[in-house]
Amino acid sequence: MNKKLFMRGNEVIAEAAIQAGCRFYAGYPITPQNEIPEYMSWRMEEAGGVFIQAESELAAINMVYGASAAGARAMTSSSSPGISLMQETVSYLCGAELPAVIVNMQRGGPGLGNISGSQSDYFQAVKGGGHGDYKLLVYAPYNLQELWNLTMLAFDKADEYRNPVMILGDGVLGQMMEPFYQMPYIKPALPEKTWALSGCRDREPNVIKSLYMGEGELEFRNSILQEKFRKMKEQEVRFEAVGVEDAKLIVVAFGIAARIALSAVNRLRREGVKIGFFRPITLFPFPANELLSLAGSARRFVTIELNAGQMLEDVRLAVNGKSDVLFYGRTGGMIITPEEIYEDLQRLRVSNSGQ
Amino acid sequence: MKYQIMIAGFGGQGILFLGKLLAYSGMLENREVTWFPSYGAEVRGGTANCTVIISDDLIGSPIVRNPEVLVVMNEASLNKFQPRLRKGGLLLFDSSLINGAELRDDVRMLGVPASEIAASIGNTKCANMVMLSALFAETGMIKEESAIHALEELTPQRRRKALDANKAAITKGRKYIEDKKSKNI
Repeated sequence: MNKKLFMRGNEVIAEAAIQAGCRFYAGYPITPQNEIPEYMSWRMEEAGGVFIQAESELAAINMVYGASAAGARAMTSSSSPGISLMQETVSYLCGAELPAVIVNMQRGGPGLGNISGSQSDYFQAVKGGGHGDYKLLVYAPYNLQELWNLTMLAFDKADEYRNPVMILGDGVLGQMMEPFYQMPYIKPALPEKTWALSGCRDREPNVIKSLYMGEGELEFRNSILQEKFRKMKEQEVRFEAVGVEDAKLIVVAFGIAARIALSAVNRLRREGVKIGFFRPITLFPFPANELLSLAGSARRFVTIELNAGQMLEDVRLAVNGKSDVLFYGRTGGMIITPEEIYEDLQRLRVSNSGQ
Repeated sequence: MKYQIMIAGFGGQGILFLGKLLAYSGMLENREVTWFPSYGAEVRGGTANCTVIISDDLIGSPIVRNPEVLVVMNEASLNKFQPRLRKGGLLLFDSSLINGAELRDDVRMLGVPASEIAASIGNTKCANMVMLSALFAETGMIKEESAIHALEELTPQRRRKALDANKAAITKGRKYIEDKKSKNI
């Protein structure tokens, strides 16, 4: 019988990764995600895999590149400044079409910032982050059950698309404990990693690289990548919508902000207010079509984020001028309270009914 | 129904474990629960604190700025967190370690000599369990069986020796509150 467990968010990610077959982890310490390497340091040994505390974030992500090239399910984790350091190799991973799972438990920025939870790396996560035309598949879990489920899924999708997948969490999700179920991992049918550097006895050597100097060669590589990103847009969009059908105002939020917002939305709905809730679970691909289908002049959106307004731009692009899109957010690691959102939404609702 | 509790004291007093046990007990009663610790640079310097929410409804944020219940086990934490307690809230403190401190008059005070009670059963480290049982005996936020069940599940193999002392501490803390209540009547 599957029993409810009670662990820290960071530990949930680490255990889910192990159960999903991750056998290589390299990382460098940074708060608020240190429980991931801490857990991996003993658990990976138990699972017969490799754990390395690297000398830097650059080393860690390059070790992931190597392990992935050799065919392993490989992962690294860090928090905002550390993820910035890794960007060069993230671009290389995409260029070389290597799967990897990268966890960013965001903290306040810019710079060293602080160690509180934040969502200010949205642009970096969904728009590329490093150089070149590429995307990561980005999951934004909002509770510990999703940390579990989406971490497992991330490994499958990374292999399926031969592309890095990012889990975009934050310090609050990483540090908190709440009950969740350890859903068993069921591996889907995935193609053999015939491209891996697994020893070339009895076959032609494989080459893994991101350098393409021949005439038109790199454009061809890019077309393959773009085709993958198009396929992701078609097949990988995930979102949750609550009470959007008859809502005059729809709250759009992801991750920890979505969870805080949902409790405020639930309270308003119990009071009879027609307010909706829309939560992108994948940030790339973004559920743009789904938002567009909800847009219209009689309806307004408000995005709520723990940043100065980043996903806001994608929501505006999605609704394409058909609805007003407002914003409420806090920066610098300040965590919005449900009461704060409730009061803000009350205010918006009143101004809305006056129109 | 929703309880928002902050627990604070020295590192080593079992503050985080007290919070975890409380939240876990709530989970065993099938309620929504969260636990959130102080972490990183905040914990350097010897103080520890965590917040626990037990609710019948989805918990939006595990972070509590103004708790309804504050449990403190040293004077530094009392001074730091007392101003955050909501008006009319409950301030539960270890009166063996905190005396002569300036206390607010718009909250409900409850001093429990937790460290002395723990010493009387031969293990001062159990003071956190005395505080836990005083907390649920006073408020009814969790059942004693749940706390005992949680304690059994969460005590790691290497600490099994302390299990009986911890259970004894839970009984003593509850009795202390019961005695106090019966004297008031």
